[in-house]
Amino acid sequence: MALNLKELSQREPLFTGGARLCVGCPAPMIVKQVLYAAPHNPIVVNPTCCLEVSSAVFPYSSWKVPYYHNAFENAAAVASGIERAVVALKKRGRLARDKEFDIIVIGGDGGTYDIGLQALSGMLERGHRCLYVCYDNGAYMNTGIQRSGATPYGAWTTTSHVGPAQKGKQQPRKDIVQIAAAHGAYAANASLHAWRDLMRKVQTALNYDGPSFINVQAPCPRGWRFPSSKTVEIARLGTECCFYPLYEVTDGGKKWIINHTPRRKLPVEDYLRPQGRFAHFFQKGNEYLIEEFQRQVDERWEHLLKLAEMS
Amino acid sequence: MRKKIGLTGDGAAAEAMRQIDPEVVAVYPITPQTEIVERFAEFVAEGLVQTELINVESEHSALSACCGSSMAGVRTMTCTSAQGLALMHEMLYIAAGNRLPIVMVNVNRTLSAPINIHNDQSDSLGSRDAGWIQLYCENPQEVYDTVIQAVRIAEDHQVMLPVMVCLDGFIVSHNMEPVELLDDGEVKEFIGEFKPRLNLLDTERPITAGNLTLPEYFFEHKYAQVYALEQSKEKIEEVGREFGDRFGRRYGLVEGYKLDDAEIAVITLGSMAGTARVAVDALRGEGIKAGLLKMRCYRPFPVQELAGALKNIRAAAVMEKAVSPGAPGPAVFSDIIAALYRQSVRINLISYVAGLGGRDVPVKSIHRVYEHLQKVAASGEPDRILNYLDLRGWE
Repeated sequence: MALNLKELSQREPLFTGGARLCVGCPAPMIVKQVLYAAPHNPIVVNPTCCLEVSSAVFPYSSWKVPYYHNAFENAAAVASGIERAVVALKKRGRLARDKEFDIIVIGGDGGTYDIGLQALSGMLERGHRCLYVCYDNGAYMNTGIQRSGATPYGAWTTTSHVGPAQKGKQQPRKDIVQIAAAHGAYAANASLHAWRDLMRKVQTALNYDGPSFINVQAPCPRGWRFPSSKTVEIARLGTECCFYPLYEVTDGGKKWIINHTPRRKLPVEDYLRPQGRFAHFFQKGNEYLIEEFQRQVDERWEHLLKLAEMS
Repeated sequence: MRKKIGLTGDGAAAEAMRQIDPEVVAVYPITPQTEIVERFAEFVAEGLVQTELINVESEHSALSACCGSSMAGVRTMTCTSAQGLALMHEMLYIAAGNRLPIVMVNVNRTLSAPINIHNDQSDSLGSRDAGWIQLYCENPQEVYDTVIQAVRIAEDHQVMLPVMVCLDGFIVSHNMEPVELLDDGEVKEFIGEFKPRLNLLDTERPITAGNLTLPEYFFEHKYAQVYALEQSKEKIEEVGREFGDRFGRRYGLVEGYKLDDAEIAVITLGSMAGTARVAVDALRGEGIKAGLLKMRCYRPFPVQELAGALKNIRAAAVMEKAVSPGAPGPAVFSDIIAALYRQSVRINLISYVAGLGGRDVPVKSIHRVYEHLQKVAASGEPDRILNYLDLRGWE
């Protein structure tokens, strides 16, 4: 399928306007790209998250594809059941063998990195042909900006406050893509601003003979404290400073490919400064937070370069 | 061809599952349910079923995967016990609320702590408000017959609710008895094909399922589910009757044993009914008018049937293998009081919590319950309402 804007602009979106998401929310941008890229009949499984409570409020629905929300921590298991149902029906000749479905989970980072990790691991380990897309906004935004395993080091959230005794979140983010890759799944890091890269990854994943996981940078205006017109720009900065690099892991977790190397790697300050959640980084005496953030980003980027070089 | 073979309760459940041959089974092993999982996995390996078996990483995911496959419109089964059922607790409500006709075999085992793998019914009785149909089995034959019937009941378009088939851990699950098996074809014909009205795989008519439902609609949706469960009584009876007409073993909501002219009676569910029959026979031999009422169906609660069966009883004891700490009485006892009150039936009713954590409930202990009932019947009022059978050191 051609991935050009002219062609895409002619197509009916499978996620309609009118959802109750915030202005500037990254979730529908990601959902539209994912569904445009899906090569077969998409079926969406959605754990409890911002997207779910804003797009499927009875008696309304934003979804023009089959959609199932079940619970918070189990979307990968629900998707596993749907995938096996398809196999079972084909085996018994009750569904045409050439009828293909794209079973896609779209969930937030809380339901993926934290409470849903076990179900995700089970889905990946069992090898279900499902794509799990995490729209990674780095906190529990649905319940009001609480820290998650995806929250960056030093970030303010409503459960990692900034005060004399503590300066935001004390731990770095969990490396979820490495965890997914360790299962032998197709795993990738992507970002909503790099639409061509994201959609290519979705197509790769859905044509991959096995489970797949794509983590997508999803800047949240409310939670990250930036103007709602800046979602795409913040995402670009995240990638250009190598905090959120674009890469993919193929060949059963063995081949690491960097999809984008910034021409000029930006200092993390450029990414941190526009976001209110990092405002304390720029207060006098807190310079060490910027240094530590930079050190962590550099360390992970260097590691990624080595992995790509080795494989 | 029908045949009679020796099977444990778990074996009987597995055999029924083989004949049902559901499209998807998602399971996680736990004692004393494990034999079902193992046997069924053998059927898969030997090609005796076409089922897609999902060996999930937890019970929570077992029922979650079942929700997925059931919403995709295929016949789906699972089985568990105790901690597994507790871990599924969240999903029990969702399966029922989403109106998914999943059939689950629950091998009754006590809930931790203290950790204990043996039988009582605190797991399923503790899940009584989850919105599932709950059927209790006395022996392996009933397990076999009930699992088959459960599929028909769950998938009926007027019902569309999950069914839990309960059997007592070890006492029934691991005890071998002769079981008459139906012919594979007879089972297939009896259960028919699952034809859901809506399903996720229908891409021509895409559905949005599992919506957020706010105060404006929630109450009505919940009541529709409650109504369906209430109405399912008729279907449970109808399927039990049809099963009897076709195969000779008839089932209902409750089953009386020597109850018609009884003056005292024990009401119970599961394997204790089998033991109580022996006590009833002995008492009848002594000229004592003792009877037994077995509750096969606990949810939906057979209010009229139960009250009708008890209306001429002078004193009755509810024997159940679960306790409700801090409650006015244990669950089944409290439900029966409510049912009798609703039907304006006033009898002397006492409670016996028995067999917790696998404590044996022998015939001689049940005799003591009947002795107590004789005293209550004679005096016309209970001396003590809440009793704990064979509890040591707490007189």
